[in-house]
Amino acid sequence: MPSLDDLKKRIKSVKSTQKITKAMKMVAAAKLRKAQENAEKGRPYSLKMQNIILNLTKSLNNPENAPKLLVGTGSDKTFLCVVLTADRGLCGGFNSNICKLAKTNFKKILNDGKNLKIITVGTKGLDQIKREYSKYIIKKFSFKEKKQISFDEAELIGKEIINLFDKKEFDKCILFYNNFKNVITQIPQAQQIIPVENENTTTKGDNLTSYEFEPEEDEILEELLPKNLSTQIFRAFLENAASEQGSRMTAMDNATRNAGDLVDKLTINYNRSRQASITKELIEIISGAESL
Amino acid sequence: MKTDNFVVEIISPTQSILKVEASEVVLPSFEGEMGILKDHIPIITFLRPGLIKISSEKDKEFFVEDGTVEFTNNNLLILTSTAKELSDLKKGELGTLISEVEEKIKNETITDKDKYLLSYKLETLKNIN
Repeated sequence: MPSLDDLKKRIKSVKSTQKITKAMKMVAAAKLRKAQENAEKGRPYSLKMQNIILNLTKSLNNPENAPKLLVGTGSDKTFLCVVLTADRGLCGGFNSNICKLAKTNFKKILNDGKNLKIITVGTKGLDQIKREYSKYIIKKFSFKEKKQISFDEAELIGKEIINLFDKKEFDKCILFYNNFKNVITQIPQAQQIIPVENENTTTKGDNLTSYEFEPEEDEILEELLPKNLSTQIFRAFLENAASEQGSRMTAMDNATRNAGDLVDKLTINYNRSRQASITKELIEIISGAESL
Repeated sequence: MKTDNFVVEIISPTQSILKVEASEVVLPSFEGEMGILKDHIPIITFLRPGLIKISSEKDKEFFVEDGTVEFTNNNLLILTSTAKELSDLKKGELGTLISEVEEKIKNETITDKDKYLLSYKLETLKNIN
């Protein structure tokens, strides 16, 4: 049975923890609004970019000569996995979810006898992945000092990936990030970015417009594909940023509530033992008086 | 919508910059200036540094460095990460930009293509200034 003083101290400490989590929740909520806005604003660009590429692909005359970035190298021996995570913790299962998904994929790739290369973005993911897969990590990025991740950072990573691709370091590239659906649901996603996946080719098959190109198709594709890569990475960044804040907000909300419950429980305990000690003292006094 | 108008959209990775109806848009396309009117044939092209001139109720001019343009079904879509409205550019900034470009162009190692792009950038910037 803890003494009254101990209980008092614990209540105080839980209360101050609650204050911290509450503050973090408020901050996350404010940041979330901004991040969500950014994610929504960034969506049209990447969507339209993908649309253009889709249209271009359809009107290509000889797909055999298409750039390798679009159609792939023809083999699938080496996989490059880009794992995007946050630089900060205390955001619930956010980082772990991405890493879990990434790790199941790593396992599958290795079980199939393929080569694996990993690029991590964000320190939290690196910490989790390097425990088991440190020998596969070839590059790590962290933008901890940056307050707001801009397109330049995405371009930096995009260029690095293209660079590796040109050197024939890998055949397929998969991007891992959290897709922001709403404040409480973020879905970890694996998106293949090289070669480009034509998921929605069936949607607009009919109104195939023949475009005029200036300069030639191949030249445009060659310029556009690296740009598209950066765009997709940037979109993943934005989705990730929004997801991180959303995840942190829910986590901190839960923590605040749990702290509140704990304080209630401890207060009841405290009051009970206070009462018990008063009763005990009273009994002692009364029995002492009676014995006289 | 007036009969001879079409929709222009300028989108950057971080936001949608502009969406208006316009009667004519002049673009600094990679292989030369290009004017676009309603019912232009579908086209996809690149931009080089230059000015996008949009003629609508309120004329607007944007300075761009690069970008991709798509025109279909009377929808002009400009994807660029560098669009700046002319009225937002300040004199002082222009000066530093110009000297930066001049510095780069002096570099012998750059490719012909870069040189071509930079020279257009310089010219446009000087014209604005």
